[in-house]
Amino acid sequence: MPDGNQLSKDHRVGKSIPRPDAKVKVTGALHYVDDLPFEGLYGATVRTKTARGRMTGLRFKDGVDVGVDWREFAVVTANDIPRTSKLDGIDPNQVMLIDRDQPFLVRDEFRHVGEPVCLLAHPDPEVLRRAVDLVEIKTESLPAVLDYRQPPTDAQVQRGEPGPDANLFKRIVVSKGAADEGDDAFSKVFEDAAHIVSGTYETQAQEQCYIEPNGIIARVEVSEADAQGALWPANPWKLIIEGSMQCPYYVHKAITHLFQLPDDGVQIIQAATGGGFGGKEDYPSIISGHAGLLALKTRQPVKLIYDRVEDMAFTTKRHPSRTHLRAALDADGKLLGIDMDVTLDGGAYLTLSPVVLSRGAIHAVGPYRVPHVRVHNRAVLSNTPPHGAFRGFGAPQTVFAFERHLDRCAREVGIDPVELRRRNLIIRGDALAISQRIDEPIELHKWMDEALTAGKYEERRAAHAAFNEAAETSGSPLRRGVGVATFMHGAGFTGSGEDYLASEVMIRAAVGADGLGGVEVCTANTEIGQGAITIFTQIAADALGLPLSAVQIAKPDTDQVPNSGPTVASRTSMVVGHLVARASDDLVRKLESQGTLSDGDLHPNPDDDRASALSDARGRKFEPTALRGALATAAAQDGGALEGWATYQRPPGGKWNDVTYKGIAYGTYAWATYLADVEVDLTTFETRITDFVASQEIGRVLNPLLAEGQIQGGVVQAMGWALLEDTVYKDGRITNPNMTNYVVPTFADVPDVQVLFQESPYAYGPWGAKGIGELPMDGPAPAILNAISAAVGVEIDALPASPERVMRAVLAAQSSEVSS
Amino acid sequence: MTVSHPHTHLADAVAPQPVSFTLNGDAKTLNVRPFRRLLDVLRTDLALPGTKEGCGEGECGACSVLIDGEPVNACLVPVIQCDGATVVTIEGLASHAALHPVQEAFVAHGGAQCGICTPGMVVTAAWMADNKMNAAAIREKLSGNICRCTGYSAIVNSVAAALGESE
Ligand code: FES
Ligand code: FES
Repeated sequence: MPDGNQLSKDHRVGKSIPRPDAKVKVTGALHYVDDLPFEGLYGATVRTKTARGRMTGLRFKDGVDVGVDWREFAVVTANDIPRTSKLDGIDPNQVMLIDRDQPFLVRDEFRHVGEPVCLLAHPDPEVLRRAVDLVEIKTESLPAVLDYRQPPTDAQVQRGEPGPDANLFKRIVVSKGAADEGDDAFSKVFEDAAHIVSGTYETQAQEQCYIEPNGIIARVEVSEADAQGALWPANPWKLIIEGSMQCPYYVHKAITHLFQLPDDGVQIIQAATGGGFGGKEDYPSIISGHAGLLALKTRQPVKLIYDRVEDMAFTTKRHPSRTHLRAALDADGKLLGIDMDVTLDGGAYLTLSPVVLSRGAIHAVGPYRVPHVRVHNRAVLSNTPPHGAFRGFGAPQTVFAFERHLDRCAREVGIDPVELRRRNLIIRGDALAISQRIDEPIELHKWMDEALTAGKYEERRAAHAAFNEAAETSGSPLRRGVGVATFMHGAGFTGSGEDYLASEVMIRAAVGADGLGGVEVCTANTEIGQGAITIFTQIAADALGLPLSAVQIAKPDTDQVPNSGPTVASRTSMVVGHLVARASDDLVRKLESQGTLSDGDLHPNPDDDRASALSDARGRKFEPTALRGALATAAAQDGGALEGWATYQRPPGGKWNDVTYKGIAYGTYAWATYLADVEVDLTTFETRITDFVASQEIGRVLNPLLAEGQIQGGVVQAMGWALLEDTVYKDGRITNPNMTNYVVPTFADVPDVQVLFQESPYAYGPWGAKGIGELPMDGPAPAILNAISAAVGVEIDALPASPERVMRAVLAAQSSEVSS
Repeated sequence: MTVSHPHTHLADAVAPQPVSFTLNGDAKTLNVRPFRRLLDVLRTDLALPGTKEGCGEGECGACSVLIDGEPVNACLVPVIQCDGATVVTIEGLASHAALHPVQEAFVAHGGAQCGICTPGMVVTAAWMADNKMNAAAIREKLSGNICRCTGYSAIVNSVAAALGESE
C-alpha cells in the first residue's frame, strides 16, 4: 500500500502535534495512583532478609512502645492462599508469566533477599511502617548462588540437575554457515583467518528508576452475604485493581489465576503512570496480587505504594551479562567468523529471562555480514531478585559486547573502526546472523556516512590525535576520543510472538465534547510517557479524516478495551498503531454498509487534503461534516455505538523457526549509527561526554517532537548505564537502593543529544513507521566506551566506565608497559 | 524490608500545633504535628497532590515547591519551617485559565513525557523565569530536578523559550 503511505500537507501524522495530555501534566492536575482520592487501608510487605533459605516460622514482636497493636492489623501469608486451584489444579500462589516458578508469597523455601513473605494492612501508614520491622522471619539458610558467572556447586542447584544445565533457565544457539556443519568446520574458519581477536565484556544490572515508584490500589466487590467471612468468598465477586503499570492484561492473567476468578471477575485499570521503561511490565502483577489479597481479607480498599528504597531494592532490573567473543577476520578486516558466548544473570526466578535472552541473541551480531556464526546464549539462576524487562531487553548487552569488540578488531587489523564497519555492514539482500534476508531498501553505508558527517567524525579524529599528542608532551591530563556504534533494533514481539498475541483494537463511534460525532480509540496500550495517546490520536484522525479534537483515547481498563497486547517491545506505534488505522477503516466500511454514509457524502475534492482510507488504500474519503454526522448517529444507535475492529495479521513473507533460531525474527528493523565524543581527565579519571549524535532510520517519523524526545531520553538512560549507574550487591542484597547512591544522569551530566532521522517506510507500520522505543538504549554505551578507549589508548570492556574502572585499566596498562 | 524515614518517630512524638503560612496566595492555618514533612501535609491534609514524591530524600526534585520564592524539596522540609512563610506549589502557578509561560513552553516544546517530574521541573523553571535568569544557567539551576524520560534537551528548550518570553 505505498499510496497509503504518502503524506500531504494536511496530515497530522508527521507533525509535531503537542500532546493532548500535556496540559494536565504541566499543571499537576493529572492524578497518578498515589494521587487518587482514597479511603481505605494501607498495605505493606514483609520480606526475607537473606539470599536463600527455608522459612520455619513468623513472630510478631510486641510493639506497644512504638504504637503497634497487632489487633488493629490485617495479616496475609501464603497460608491464606489455597494450594490448588479449583479451576485448573495449579497452585494459585504462582505468578503466571512464561513459567510459574515464582510465588506471590513464600510458603517454604525462598530464593532471594526481599522475597515477600507476609502482607500487612492498617489505616495509618506511619504505624504500618513501624509494624513491618516487628515481624521476624525465622529461617534456616541454604547455599546461595551469589555470582552467576561461577558454575554452581551441587548444593546450590535450584533448577535442573547438577551438570552443564544446572540452574539454567534457557539456552539458545544461533548458528550460521560452518557452525551449522559442526565444530570442526567452524574451527577451520578460525584456523584459516588472518586475524583472531578475543575479548570478554561485562555489563551490570541497571535500575529503570522511573520517577514514580510502583503502586496499586485494590478493591473488592462482594455480595452482602460474603461481606464477612472466609478469605475466598463463596458467591461470585469481583476484584478491581488500579495502578501504575504498562500491561493491564498481564496483570489480568496473573490475578485471575491467583484468585481463581473468571475473566470478568477481575477488572484492571491503568492509572496515569510516571514512567516504566520495562520496569512496570511484570512486577505490577505481584503488587496487584498483594494488594488484592489484603483487600479481600479486609473487604476494604487497600493501597500498596512502594517507596523508592523498596522499589529499587526488590523490583526488576536489567540483566547483568558476561560475553566472551572471538572474531576471525581476513587481512582486510572482513569478518569471517564470530564465536560468541553470552551469559545473562536471570536472578532467582525465570520471569522474562528466556525472551530477554532471545532478543539479545538475535541482535548480537548486528547489521553485519558474517558468513560463519555461533552465538551461544544462556540465562542462569542466581539468588538475587529476578532481573527483568528494561528498554532494549537483552539487546543492549550483546550490542555492547559486539560493538566494543569491533573497535578492538579494527586496532588489531590496523584500520579505522569506522572503516572496519564499512567493510562489513550488510547491503540489501544480505542475511543477518539468524539467516533473515533483508529485502527492504536499506542503505546502511549512506546512513552511517550521514551520521559521521553530522558528528564531524573525521575532523574530530584528526583534532583529537593532535590534541592528545600535545597533551602527552605538555603533561596535560586531558585526553579526547570519538567512538561509534552501528546497530539495529527489531520492533514488536520476536518471531511468532505477535501471532500468539493476536492483538485486537476497537474504535467506537462517539460524541465529542463539542456535541459532534467523533470516535473513541480503545486499546490496552498504556501512555507511560512515550506518547501513545498522541500517536493514536494522530493516526485515527488521519485515517478517518477527522479533526484531532474528535478523537478520544479510552483509558486502558480491561472491562472496556480489547487486548491489544502489552506496552513493550517498541510495538505500540508500529503494531498497535497499524491496527488503529485498520480499525478506523473498518468503522468507515461499516458506516457505509449500514447506509449511514453513502456515496453522496464523498468528499468533492478528494485530492485536496488528507485521505481517509489508509490501510486498504481504497481512496474513499468523506466530507468531514457528513462523516461527523454519521458518527454521531452511529454513536447513539440502538444496541450500542457502532464499533470498528482490527486483529493482527502477520505480514506476508517467511516465518521464524524457534528450534533452529533462523528465519524472520522481526518484520522490520530500525537501523542506527551513534557517535560519542568524550574527554577523559587522567587526574580524576572522569569522563565527560562532550557531544553525542544519534542517527537512525525509523521508517516514518510520526511526530518529530515526540520521536526526538524518545531518542534523547533513551540515549541519556544509556549514558547513565555507560558511566554512572552501578548496582552494588553484598550477599545477594543491593547496598545502594536509593537515588543518593545509585546515581542517574542529571541535567549537568549530559550534553544536548543531536538526533537525526532517515525514513524508509515500512509497509506494515502506520504510514510506514517502525518502532523506536528501545533502539536508543542499544548504541550509546558501546559508542561511549569506544570513545573512551580511543582517548586513553586502553580497552575498557566493562560497564559502567566509572573513574575507578578507567583508572584501574589505565594503571594496569601502564604497569604492564613498564614490565614488558 | 526496612524503610528508613528519618522524621517518622519525631513526627509522631510531638503534639500538633498551629502552623500558619500563605499557600498559593491564600492564608492557611493548620493544626499539625510540626515535624511532618511539608510534602505529606500538602498532598494529604491540603489535598494538593500535584507535588510528587520521587525519592523522599532530596535527590530527585519531584517535590519542588517555592518557599519565600526559593525552590526547596518539600520532602525534606518539616512543616513548622513554613510558619509565616509564603509557599507556592504547582497548583499555584497557573492563574485562572491562563498557564504560566513556563507551562505553555513545556506544552509546546515537549518538556513533559510521563509527567511525574514535570510539576517539580515547572516550579523550578518558573522560579528561573520569574527571576529573569539567563538561559545559559538552565542546566545548572535545574540540576536538582531529575527526569528519567526526556534526556533533558526538550526541557532545556522549553525553559529557554520561556526565559526568552519573560525578558
Ligand atoms: S521526593 Fe523530594 S527530592 Fe525526591
Ligand atoms: S517526564 Fe517522566 S520523569 Fe520527566
